[in-house]
Amino acid sequence: MLLLALILLAALWELYKLVIPDDGVRLGDALILPRSDDTSMPHLSQIFGAFGKQEVAGASGTVASSVVSAVWYSLRLAAAGFAAGVVVGFLLAMAMQRLRIVERALLPYVVLSQTVPLIALAPLVYGWSGNLTLFGLDWQPWMSVSVISAYLAFFPVAVGALRGLSSPPAVQTELLRCYAASWWQTLVRLRLPASVPYLIPALKLAAAAAVVGAIVAEISIGLPGGVGRLIITYAQQATGDPSRVYAPIAGAAVMGLVAVGLVSLLDVALRRYHTQEEAT
Amino acid sequence: MRTQAVWAGRIFQGVWPPIIFGVGFLALWQWFVEVRDIEPFVLPKPSAIFEQLRLHHDTIFEAARITGANALVGLAVGLVVGVVAALLAARLRVLDEMLTPLAAAMAAIPIVALTPIFNTMFASTSSTPRRLVVAIYVFFPIFVNTLRGLRQIDPVHAELMRSYAASPWTTTKVVRLPGALPFFFTGLKIASSGAVIAAIVSEYFGGLQKGLGPAITSAAAASAYPRAWAIVTAAIALGLVFYIAAVLAERLAMPWQRPQGELS
Amino acid sequence: MSTPAAVNLEGVGKRFGEGTGAVQAVSDIDLTVAAGEFVSLIGPSGCGKSTLLRIVANLIEPSEGTVLVNGKPAGRARLDQDYGIAFQSAGLLEWRTVQGNVELPLGLHGVGKAQRRAQALELLELVGLADFAEHRPSQLSGGMQQRVAIARALARRPALLLMDEPFGALDEMTRERMQSELIRICAETSAAVVFVTHSIPEAVFLSQRVVVMSPRPGRITEIVDVPLAGRDEDVREAEQFFAAITDVREALRGRSPVTDEGPA
Repeated sequence: MLLLALILLAALWELYKLVIPDDGVRLGDALILPRSDDTSMPHLSQIFGAFGKQEVAGASGTVASSVVSAVWYSLRLAAAGFAAGVVVGFLLAMAMQRLRIVERALLPYVVLSQTVPLIALAPLVYGWSGNLTLFGLDWQPWMSVSVISAYLAFFPVAVGALRGLSSPPAVQTELLRCYAASWWQTLVRLRLPASVPYLIPALKLAAAAAVVGAIVAEISIGLPGGVGRLIITYAQQATGDPSRVYAPIAGAAVMGLVAVGLVSLLDVALRRYHTQEEAT
Repeated sequence: MRTQAVWAGRIFQGVWPPIIFGVGFLALWQWFVEVRDIEPFVLPKPSAIFEQLRLHHDTIFEAARITGANALVGLAVGLVVGVVAALLAARLRVLDEMLTPLAAAMAAIPIVALTPIFNTMFASTSSTPRRLVVAIYVFFPIFVNTLRGLRQIDPVHAELMRSYAASPWTTTKVVRLPGALPFFFTGLKIASSGAVIAAIVSEYFGGLQKGLGPAITSAAAASAYPRAWAIVTAAIALGLVFYIAAVLAERLAMPWQRPQGELS
Repeated sequence: MSTPAAVNLEGVGKRFGEGTGAVQAVSDIDLTVAAGEFVSLIGPSGCGKSTLLRIVANLIEPSEGTVLVNGKPAGRARLDQDYGIAFQSAGLLEWRTVQGNVELPLGLHGVGKAQRRAQALELLELVGLADFAEHRPSQLSGGMQQRVAIARALARRPALLLMDEPFGALDEMTRERMQSELIRICAETSAAVVFVTHSIPEAVFLSQRVVVMSPRPGRITEIVDVPLAGRDEDVREAEQFFAAITDVREALRGRSPVTDEGPA
């Protein structure tokens, strides 16, 4: 069915180009429907063709190969950010579950953290590179991207893990108290397994967020080698060759799908702990 | 009378831990920067940031107004389209089966990456590309959550409506729609603050140089870091305003959800 | 012309599923409930009493046999709104006030606003909840919510009231109080009642006749007459009450003597 939807969208795209005038549709002064000429909306064939084109001066190989290497680069940065975000988010959730006062003090800020426009902080974080040394490591530019990635990823993990760790009903927690189980034992034997159905959707959201964070950070920093930078470069060349920019955007899309797909593999591995439909 | 006092007491209880934490955090930040003599480009002092806010509040407010307008228009459009799509998808299985996997796939994709495409489609001097990006970003949580709410119906309510020989549309109007409201608002809360972020991020892809995003970049480029952070603070405040508006809308639309005492 | 029987079932049976996996829920049901009569359906879990009630309510179609409600086919009776129904869970719409909930069936069938209000208040008086008209369901206890559900079931002054273990979720004291209330309400409205229950004392206290059903496939084992004089609180301690309970209990056991199986 997804395939059908995509085919329909493709058909709509070409139909639009056929029907709507080149200059778009205006209402008074404002353009309410976009232009349909070949510069603004390349034919689908042109878009697919862009992948095979040769790179311009400064790079070698085809557009496709540039996109693939950029995606690989960004994916690794996003993965580092994801890992950091998951660890931080999970530790936060554990602290908030353990001590109610920590939850009450911190949860509003955890929610608030998502109103911060990271793309704005990215250049500021980037400014640390070359000038900051943390635990004996010089701050590398790529670290700025991973930090942003981690920042976006930690939120769904913190919220999802908190809900998951708090999910066992009173009957179960009371049972473990009868066994004189310590907080740690209760965590490992009850809360962690119980949190799996909440963690899986949270991890998927975090994976997608890590990808978005990495790309957005790369765009605002202009980090060479990443998908974000490639999008900006091709976008700047749009007047010359409008179809190129679709390639890295598609690459970004693939990157997101791969990230979520990898988490789904984890889902399969943890089947034992969540036999029913995922909790939402 | 007594319930009002109880209510006020509960708000206070809920509010003091984060406030204490926030104030403490700011104080610690200020002390840390001063004691370690940290450069502004790494981390400016909170006092310097507030100073910049005070000095430049006019321009900052203007930039916030523009970004806010984009976010609002995008939010409104995405909201309407999302709700209509959910209503249609609840009714027509075919539409549901096409849109839902598409929504799941789109959740993994950075939507803001579409901005360059829209920039070329529309004139680069128009605000439409940014508003469109926000609308698309907002559409998905609204659509997914509203559809989920429309689909689920308490079996007792379903049987009751059947016993009244009510038509499917009547059942939707009387039971499904009010029942879907909590789900819709879940989506709205997610979408509202995200709309501001999407608006700011889309400003980074070129086009008009007004709005909070470009203001931050130009401040950073001029090495005026306290000012840059001040504008970031304004952006946070804008996101908060949207989020609080969504929460207020939820309280207004669903008065029955306010926790009240039980009688027997 | 004499009033038609409230319910008339002839040769009613219901099979779920096909072929080898088919389950016969009820079979060979012949039952007539006179106008104004209170009849209980009692039996072990899985005997099909709830299924039978839903067949009368036209929420399920029978596999064989005829169902007449108020002299009409069950489907027609549902479209004409000849009966009111109350389920085990009150099923009140949480976004409406208590009054709004009672008005639901009235509003659905075109009763004007002023008249709706008046009738709803009258019904709430009947069940003793007139003071709670503006409250929300979440503010009421389980027993009170069930009373609202009963008021709602009586909204259209039906000739027949169908009730599926409406007091099942309540504690014993509340249950007994509600039973007395129901007797009083039925006396005032002279509706016939078909009442599904698990509880022998409840069935005996409320009904003129108790229909005892067998385990799956549900058949009518026996119909026990309960000739109790006056049904007030004193009856619960009367000789006849316990005699009737024993009567029904033995009918449930199939009138076979209980053998004492000592230690093997």
